[in-house]
Amino acid sequence: MTKTLSLPTTIAEAQEMLRNKKITALELVNVFIHRIEESDERIGSYLETCFDSARESARKLDESGDFSAPLAGIPYSLKDVVSKKGLKNTAASKILENYVAPYDATVAEALEQSGAILLGKVNTDEFTMGSSCENSALQVTKNPWNTQKVPGGSSGGSAASVAKYFGLFSIGTDTGGSIRQPSNFCGVTGLKVSYGRVSRYGVISYASSFDSVGPIAPTVDCVAKVLEVIAGHDKKDSTTVDVSVDSYSQLQLSDLSGKTIGVIKEFIDADGFDADLKQSFKHTIQVIKDLGGTVKEISLPLTKYAIPTYYLLAKAEASTNLARYDGIRFGKTADVNDLYQQYTKTRSEFLGPEVKRAIMMGTYTLSAGYFDAYYVKAAKVRTLIKQEYEKAFAEVDVIVAPVTPFSAFNIGEKTSDPLAMYLADIFTVTANLAGICGLSIPTEKVHGLPAGIQILGKAFDEKNVLEIGSVLEKQYGFSEIRKSELL
Amino acid sequence: MISQEDIIKIAGLSRLSLTEQEVQEYQEEFSNILGFFEVLSEVDTNGVEPTAQITGLENVVREDREESFDSDSLIECSPQQKVKTQIAVSAVM
Repeated sequence: MTKTLSLPTTIAEAQEMLRNKKITALELVNVFIHRIEESDERIGSYLETCFDSARESARKLDESGDFSAPLAGIPYSLKDVVSKKGLKNTAASKILENYVAPYDATVAEALEQSGAILLGKVNTDEFTMGSSCENSALQVTKNPWNTQKVPGGSSGGSAASVAKYFGLFSIGTDTGGSIRQPSNFCGVTGLKVSYGRVSRYGVISYASSFDSVGPIAPTVDCVAKVLEVIAGHDKKDSTTVDVSVDSYSQLQLSDLSGKTIGVIKEFIDADGFDADLKQSFKHTIQVIKDLGGTVKEISLPLTKYAIPTYYLLAKAEASTNLARYDGIRFGKTADVNDLYQQYTKTRSEFLGPEVKRAIMMGTYTLSAGYFDAYYVKAAKVRTLIKQEYEKAFAEVDVIVAPVTPFSAFNIGEKTSDPLAMYLADIFTVTANLAGICGLSIPTEKVHGLPAGIQILGKAFDEKNVLEIGSVLEKQYGFSEIRKSELL
Repeated sequence: MISQEDIIKIAGLSRLSLTEQEVQEYQEEFSNILGFFEVLSEVDTNGVEPTAQITGLENVVREDREESFDSDSLIECSPQQKVKTQIAVSAVM
């Protein structure tokens, strides 16, 4: 008779079960594989799975009996822009649909060494450009809470798969909110790390001065455990900074006394901020006060310039990064003899509409005659936005903010208006502009869907953000809601 | 309003070909988005240095020596015809 196995819902639970021999690594991996095989057809989070190699790694781990590595036996997924040797790395695009990565990203390598077990690669908006996963050229991903709704994006596959217990964590990327917003839409926890905290080596670039790689996981503690493994200086990514890696998972804070928490006035007053979500956010402010925190309203008047500054710079960087998809080096190519025609036909045929829009927009703002007026101007405004945040952090320990102005929307609802979709990133892009960190945590259900907050911290102050996030998470107890509805 | 000629020129620089309908769509969309970018002109940026690298790291260097890497596997990624360890491409001129 097969024994009934209860599914661990956090990394700590799984570790406890593995170390006390209540479950083998193989059994653990099989429980998650079974869930994916049974119900991912309805969600569409995985693009490629590697169950055979996952089982093989689990068997080896069981044979060794050594579960001392930091994430030994913990099943996870990678967003399909993170290279894992031998697996496809499609960026959810047609142009890289059959591209197989010939090497490991530094994060993939670090996770392998930590004993974590890869289940597969998950969906994203094409080249991570989007806020709903609808720009994936390969697959639609649905929100596990309501399959009419988008999971958010671009790390929608990561957030949906973690929410539905198709793994105990996933690695996503955040260029303008792509970890925090889908985490919010799917009721899970996601961390946008400070720029330079985690290596981008082997991760397909969108906008290199904004891109960050980080975990999406069930709880703050899970996020912290993964961060401890993937954070740090990497000589293969010269933009990583040599700052010591804290013991992120030693979270000790029990209340918020002595903490000053900022609330951005311009966020609360933002146009289009859903009234019920605003109410929910105001309730969080009360919760913070009840937990002993001091709440301080701060004004960041440059907030209104954040979206145009971000999009202008991000699209400019994207247009140069995506020049490499020319049909020569990797991916698909058009069958033409003339080189110029080959470039043009390959790109026109195999890149999707949002990606083309980014390339066109970036090429325009970088072209002769417009460079100073657009790109340089925006890069200067970026400096001012960064300074504004530095000033704010001199007065507060962290900032608490909403993540999105509205809840997860219907699939197809916003695809016709790119500008409206861009405006949805109002609360998230500033962290990327300023290079700071931000933790998205779920709080409660609003409109029948998860709602939540983000905690923004100074660059390289992840520990503080995780501590405060952990206190608020305990207060809200959202994991129980998720367990009762999605397990 | 951005002109159709501009759209066609940018498409050329981007190595993208557009249908007539796409040119029209881009013309309208770009005019909207660029109008939206215009708001930045309100910000006084006199004497402000532009930021392209947020952490302020400068001149990160390493020793100039070859790192071991399986370059053959990279060559294999190309969809082009391979000649020994090189990729054959169409004539450039």
